[in-house]
Amino acid sequence: MGMTMTQKILAAHAGLDHVSAGQLIKAKVDLVLGNDITAPVAVNEFEKAGIETVFDRDKIALVMDHFTPNKDIKAAEQVKVVRDFAKKYKITNFFDVGKVGVEHALLPEMGLVKPGDLVIGADSHTCTYGALAAFSTGVGSTDMAAGMATGMCWLKVPTAMRFVLTGKLKPWVSGKDVILHIIGMTGVDGALYQSMEFTGEGLGSLTMEDRLCMANMAIEAGAKNGIFDYDEKTAQYAKEHGCADWTVYKADADAEYTQTYEIDLSAIEPTVSLPHLPENAKPVSDVGEITIDQAVIGSCTNGRIEDLRAAAKIFEGKHVHENVRCIVIPATQKIMLQAMDEGLVKTFIEAGCAVSTPTCGPCLGGHMGILAKGERAVATTNRNFVGRMGSTGSEVYLASPAVAAASAIAGKLVTPESVLGGKA
Amino acid sequence: MNATGTAIKYGDNIDTDVIIPARYLNTSDPKELASHCMEDIDKGFLSRVQPGDIMVGGKNFGCGSSREHAPIAIKESGISCVIASTFARIFYRNAINIGLPIVECPEASEKIQAGDKVSVDFDTGVITNVTRGETYQGEPFPSFIQGIIAAGGLMNAIKAGAL
Repeated sequence: MGMTMTQKILAAHAGLDHVSAGQLIKAKVDLVLGNDITAPVAVNEFEKAGIETVFDRDKIALVMDHFTPNKDIKAAEQVKVVRDFAKKYKITNFFDVGKVGVEHALLPEMGLVKPGDLVIGADSHTCTYGALAAFSTGVGSTDMAAGMATGMCWLKVPTAMRFVLTGKLKPWVSGKDVILHIIGMTGVDGALYQSMEFTGEGLGSLTMEDRLCMANMAIEAGAKNGIFDYDEKTAQYAKEHGCADWTVYKADADAEYTQTYEIDLSAIEPTVSLPHLPENAKPVSDVGEITIDQAVIGSCTNGRIEDLRAAAKIFEGKHVHENVRCIVIPATQKIMLQAMDEGLVKTFIEAGCAVSTPTCGPCLGGHMGILAKGERAVATTNRNFVGRMGSTGSEVYLASPAVAAASAIAGKLVTPESVLGGKA
Repeated sequence: MNATGTAIKYGDNIDTDVIIPARYLNTSDPKELASHCMEDIDKGFLSRVQPGDIMVGGKNFGCGSSREHAPIAIKESGISCVIASTFARIFYRNAINIGLPIVECPEASEKIQAGDKVSVDFDTGVITNVTRGETYQGEPFPSFIQGIIAAGGLMNAIKAGAL
């Protein structure tokens, strides 16, 4: 029996010629990631176990992005635990305020993940790097501690679901609309314990930003990882971001899949996921009159330069609705600079948006845009669980940057076309 | 190893944001985390829960964030075991790694009602509903994972050279 992309990467990292679904393996990791919420717990576990060395100080990334710039004293203490650890063990890739970006935007940008790598991260959206044809998956803090100590991780080889993409996206439709649509089909546990493998000729029309966004939300279908077939765009991205010596793993022709979905990209509409699960996906044009109080454009899902460009194009010459607060958060310092150079920040501010330094902040109800009871937000983030962005009586609607921007202008959920009046 | 207690029952897709809301993640102190466990969907949980009680969920229990704070909060609140139809995979790993016993069993998840007296045998995966006089066969752990549990969690297994 042939192997899937995921199975090939796992086999190679376990030093095996072949692995099968269900097999438990011990695999070598290329990078171990943690943030300011999960890393303190990992540091405690690491020290409690009396371990005195890390497996490789260049292969650990500690990204202080969730409650930073420190939102309160307790958050400051948590970051300090990690900062002290990073100093003690001379961790190369420790990112503090001033250098930090939202982890899953930052690591690919820094060239810290390359095609064919195996990455574990104590953050559920670690699955983002599948866009680079790497295996990456979210784990917990204890797994992170073990990974930092040994450079190894235990994994169960997953079965796979295949998504064959055809066609080309319509204007103002992005990877976010595609992945919300797919989660609407699979449900939030449809890919539980499995890998989601994206392939097909439609891939060629998806940008790396589209792919990073889609792989990012594989966890919202319950998946262990999402992974994209390697192509010219992957190679170009890896090269541009300073990667070298990577390995390409392609699925065997006789690899086994539990299910194959054919997705015609040209049939996908601007899509929104209604509260309180990402699976509640609907075309924006079908949701009726839903007024909003806040719009958030940013996060590890949609805080990249292409996302900001799409939003800015819609805000140009227009203004945020008087009943809406719109918060724009470029995901990294580099993206912030680029957005300034391209005039996007000016467009946002002139449209009445608040522009923030990189942080995960409002996505998880941390800080920088918490909702009151009864309030609704449209957000380019990845989760709309009860209380995710604040009060348990608030609501989050997940959408693309274009839909969020258009909705911020209209004061209610609308398609980009409806505020542009036909301008594409 | 066994656990016996009263069932506290929830539905499908219990996510880690409701198990322990992110606004409390500025600490990693288990007692403080436990003091907010489940409060966003069940304000009465903390006043109801007794040491040894068994939490029962539906499908995809523990979905969402990778925060280990979620199984830590549940364990520290006194819960001796979580039974669910299925677990989200990161929660599953985290529970094993920190030593919170969990059992996958769709039948038990469906038939156990809130307040039932339930007993779980972790070696065999057999769940006994004392109140209803029923037994359900849960999925026992593979031996690799039993090794981690027997060592007292992942870090101890590593120290012992088991991984």
